[in-house]
Amino acid sequence: MSTLTLPRRPDGDTLFFRLSFTSAVLILLLLTGIVLSLIDGGWMALSEFGPGFVFRNIWDPVNGEFGAASAIYGTLVSSLIAMVIAVPLSLGIAIFLAELAPSWISQPVGMAIELLAAVPSIIYGMWGLFIFAPWFSDSFQLWAADNLVDLPLIGHWFDGPPIGIGLLTAGIILAIMILPIVSSLVRDALKTVPDVLREAAYGVGATPFEVVTKVLLPAIKNAAVGASILGLGRALGETMAVAFVIGGANRIETSLFMPASSISSTIAQQFNEATDPLHISTLIALGVVLFMLTFVVMGFARVLLKKKR
Amino acid sequence: MKLFRSVMVAALVASVAPTAFAGKPIINGAGASFPHPIYAKWAEDYREETGTRINYQAIGSGGGIRQITARTVDFGATDAPLDAERLTKEGMIQFPMVMGAIVPVINVPGIEAGQLRLDGETLANIYLGKIKRWNDEAIAKLNPGLKLPRQAIYVVHRSDGSGTTFNFTDYLSRVSPVWRSTIGVNTDISWPAAATTIGGNGNAGVANFVSRTRGSIGYVEFAFAKQNNLTYTQLSSADGKFLQPTMETFQAAAANADWANAPGFKLLLNNQPGADSWPMTAATFILMHKDQANADKARTILNFFEWSYEKGNDQAIALDYIPMPDSVVSMVSELWKSKLTTVNGEAVR
Repeated sequence: MSTLTLPRRPDGDTLFFRLSFTSAVLILLLLTGIVLSLIDGGWMALSEFGPGFVFRNIWDPVNGEFGAASAIYGTLVSSLIAMVIAVPLSLGIAIFLAELAPSWISQPVGMAIELLAAVPSIIYGMWGLFIFAPWFSDSFQLWAADNLVDLPLIGHWFDGPPIGIGLLTAGIILAIMILPIVSSLVRDALKTVPDVLREAAYGVGATPFEVVTKVLLPAIKNAAVGASILGLGRALGETMAVAFVIGGANRIETSLFMPASSISSTIAQQFNEATDPLHISTLIALGVVLFMLTFVVMGFARVLLKKKR
Repeated sequence: MKLFRSVMVAALVASVAPTAFAGKPIINGAGASFPHPIYAKWAEDYREETGTRINYQAIGSGGGIRQITARTVDFGATDAPLDAERLTKEGMIQFPMVMGAIVPVINVPGIEAGQLRLDGETLANIYLGKIKRWNDEAIAKLNPGLKLPRQAIYVVHRSDGSGTTFNFTDYLSRVSPVWRSTIGVNTDISWPAAATTIGGNGNAGVANFVSRTRGSIGYVEFAFAKQNNLTYTQLSSADGKFLQPTMETFQAAAANADWANAPGFKLLLNNQPGADSWPMTAATFILMHKDQANADKARTILNFFEWSYEKGNDQAIALDYIPMPDSVVSMVSELWKSKLTTVNGEAVR
């Protein structure tokens, strides 16, 4: 009896491995290439201002004095506002769609949310500027000027001109933009929780609220944090929508009603008309800063995730 | 399969069709967005007349300068003229193509278009944040008959880098020593923190904020103010006479400008002498390399510009641009003759 040999097809397997390996390496090469060319383009500014570039709070294209502090501040604060609004809302939407809603509601609403994700960011920007900002100015900012300004600690957040744009508006528009991505990911995660868990929980007499908070949410905690990190990544880098509604002022103000600017909106708005080589180099250096900022924030979020496990 | 074939045939036809124009050259230009409507109109009319295709991409003055410097386009366009030194260094010529005007626009309850009078210093002090309310003495003094509200002033500016901002800040620097020494001139500046500022994206953004924010003031190109029925103001000329923004006062500013003594045609038309010269008027410029590799192509470009100077005035006025005076056109024509050469050193014209 001859020994049984398994059919081997080394060529196909090797090819498959090499193909997928190349794709993976290509991404790394691409990323390194982008970072290196950004550093090269921004070198003039980085060497001129040194590492203090990220802490300098000055933006004066006339005299060639630049610093990234105001843009970093605008990026972080607008993204933070977006997260504070979008994460709880997304959880609520996802839980409702996956657990509570009958299918004749959850299907159309689910599709509507996915459609929101497909709307181009410039549409959000124009909608934010022409529709949302006037409404926001009339119905929230004027009220806030009368009622919120005198609050202790947070009152000065609302102390500014009721013009409808600024950090808060940018944060709200960003929240609407990251809502679909976070809520649909969390909804999908909820659907992967085995029904046995739900049935067991209901079986021992838990209310729907208890099932969600004590069984389902702990089960999908990691997926939910992961979805939020993806949303945060989008918020940090979002350009056009923010450029329309943030107001384009390179200043640090504590009021959320004041115009500000984010890193990406500054690049988008100033690159076309920048003629001074130092100004151009500074804008590219801002790209490096955004890269590093995203890296640090994502890394931080990942560490948090690991600790919770 | 049949469908597939007909789709393939259609695709093939579509991909071949543009080369049917291959006999006629295609000229590529890029730069300032302010003159884009008129360049596009001229290009369209010129193609109908001659078959020559001119592509103009409005990517911004900075982009236009970068692209012509890198020779990726046949001509560049910029609102902020380069100085003669830089032109020599890059081996380029520069000439003005068409002019436009900038007007202040306001939103003050009870005040109609053309009623409010402003002078340069007052405008600068508003943007500096020194004048904070509409009933400020400085504004009231200029407008004895008008009832001015005690309304806070919101200052609207372009949040994107812009040739309009460049010309507006240049005007403010000329009329206000404080502006010149503390703020300066650029396509994008650090706006005075003392004023309550709002940044609008593009002319549309500025117009939007001015039209819905009570107490606001902004600056836009005249064409934009007119087409959107914004409340523009009067402005005092360099000689102190209050003017309405009209084609006549814009043309007066252009006629009084001293182009002959401006190296590289680098001339900003703000605050020109003459009682009837609208003080915020600006030319927009074309950049070309002195040495042209392809003489035929260079001639085609010049033919287009010459046609625009000679036959394009009606289209320009219809779009609220100001045509260049004949004296300037003949100076530009001289420049082409004396400076543009082929690689062999022959004159293009």
